[in-house]
Amino acid sequence: MTRAVFRVVFAGPHVSVQDNGRPRLMRYGVPASGPMDRKAFAIANAVLGNDPGAAGLEVSQAGLVLECLSGTVTVAIAGGGFIVERNREKLGAWNIFTVEAGQTIKVRTGQWGCWSYLAFAGTVQVESWLGSSATHGPSGLGAGRLTTGQTITISDTHIYAHRLGAIPCPVWARPRNMMHCVLGPQDRFFPKNALAEFTSAQFHLTDAYDRMGMRLHGPALHSISALSIPSEPILRGSVQISGDGVATILLADHQTTGGYPKIATILSDDVDGLVQGRPHDAIRFKSITAHDAVALARNRARMFTDYLRHIAKSYAKAAGG
Amino acid sequence: MSFPVFRHVADHAILVEFGDTFDNTVHNAVLRLDRALAAAPFAGLIEAVPAFVNLLVDFNPVVTDHPTAERHLRQLLSTAPPYRHKTTIREVLVCYDDDFSTDLEAVAHQSGLDRESVIKAHLSGSYDVIMYGFAPGYAYLAGVPGSLHLSRKTKPVHNIAAGSVLIAGAQCLVTTMIMPTGWWIIGRSPTRILTKDDTHPFLFDVGDSVVFRRISRAEYEVAR
Repeated sequence: MTRAVFRVVFAGPHVSVQDNGRPRLMRYGVPASGPMDRKAFAIANAVLGNDPGAAGLEVSQAGLVLECLSGTVTVAIAGGGFIVERNREKLGAWNIFTVEAGQTIKVRTGQWGCWSYLAFAGTVQVESWLGSSATHGPSGLGAGRLTTGQTITISDTHIYAHRLGAIPCPVWARPRNMMHCVLGPQDRFFPKNALAEFTSAQFHLTDAYDRMGMRLHGPALHSISALSIPSEPILRGSVQISGDGVATILLADHQTTGGYPKIATILSDDVDGLVQGRPHDAIRFKSITAHDAVALARNRARMFTDYLRHIAKSYAKAAGG
Repeated sequence: MSFPVFRHVADHAILVEFGDTFDNTVHNAVLRLDRALAAAPFAGLIEAVPAFVNLLVDFNPVVTDHPTAERHLRQLLSTAPPYRHKTTIREVLVCYDDDFSTDLEAVAHQSGLDRESVIKAHLSGSYDVIMYGFAPGYAYLAGVPGSLHLSRKTKPVHNIAAGSVLIAGAQCLVTTMIMPTGWWIIGRSPTRILTKDDTHPFLFDVGDSVVFRRISRAEYEVAR
């Protein structure tokens, strides 16, 4: 069997193995985890003909340097507008290229975005936990965070000479500043003026940001009384308001329950665009009905599947198949 | 307000609330719907998450929507049999040695008991798994005897060892990983809640009963 082995020359904090994640375990306190930007991750896999949820690497702004020790394999990268280099050669942030023994891949932060995804034409050999290799950041469970010096083996490698070059980066894969959300489930604990402020004011992302959540800077949103609500389930995209009126958006590795009131919950599709925003970027919340949220979600899902189908077809055509 | 209340969450979930405050009747209603849904899921259901007073039902919005999911849940509520407590009893071992029970003295002081009486009271509790939350495998057990009800510490303490046995209010939990906590640390358990057994990865299901059994340091070292 063909294989390629990489050595991690450098891995910054928050660089980890991810796959589709492990849904259906929130009842045991386990969030789904998986890639912060699920769409960019699926695209990197799709252009290689991989299963969209196959294990790959999530690279944070802190960056990653890999040296190929042996073998040859085609890789794809998609996500933020990062700087990608093979040896000294600059490649696009959204790109498919082949790496061979002796070559080094450098991925570091660039023009925009917080997360970029490296997928491999082959199978990444990783540990799994509860049926998934996705790394749960706070515990390191799953395949884990990458550490400098470790090696990564890709088995069943392929070289796709016909697929090389830029991947089209659709406009919806860029950072978003308008978060569509449905108010609640605890909007009733906030006075009318706090709700009005929430949907009209500008909020800024802060550097209190990791895979668990992102704290916002903006007007204080005080609930009606000092509340003590029983701990209840949280979702990726919940906007919770702590006792001092500060909003935090819960993300891929979120705690599964919490006692702070959730003023609103963001449309799942918008969360992928949110996480590519950087500290100090401005966002706004647009409140829509649950009915409209479903219609929008279906629209977005259709657009995404069409895009995936289109790129899969165009690469298959290039292969002459 | 008349319960249950169905709250439509984002584009992909419904929160079904059975009350404002936790009690057995409210929680049994949560578990009754949870069990009925597991037996009769609707198309597009991803998962249900039981908590103290509500059940979160997460679904795929491409397959279904809030009104369809709500109809299904209401139907289950009108037909499901009453909730019956399962008879599953899980045993958790606990060693109360000094270096494992760093807050036992403080708990004793605040509750006006001596250390041995705190331990006896803790062991005498009849515990039920109410929900998981906070971190993987963190199971909230209700049933701490009234004499030991303390509010949380004002500041969390960091780097608490996995296996720590904690109490706060009426609740008890056994930690599964190194995490901060504002709860009171009264012992250490070698019993794994994250079992490492792929066929049964979590020791408890929500609704299980739990008993604590005291062990010596030597037994702890063997069992860990």
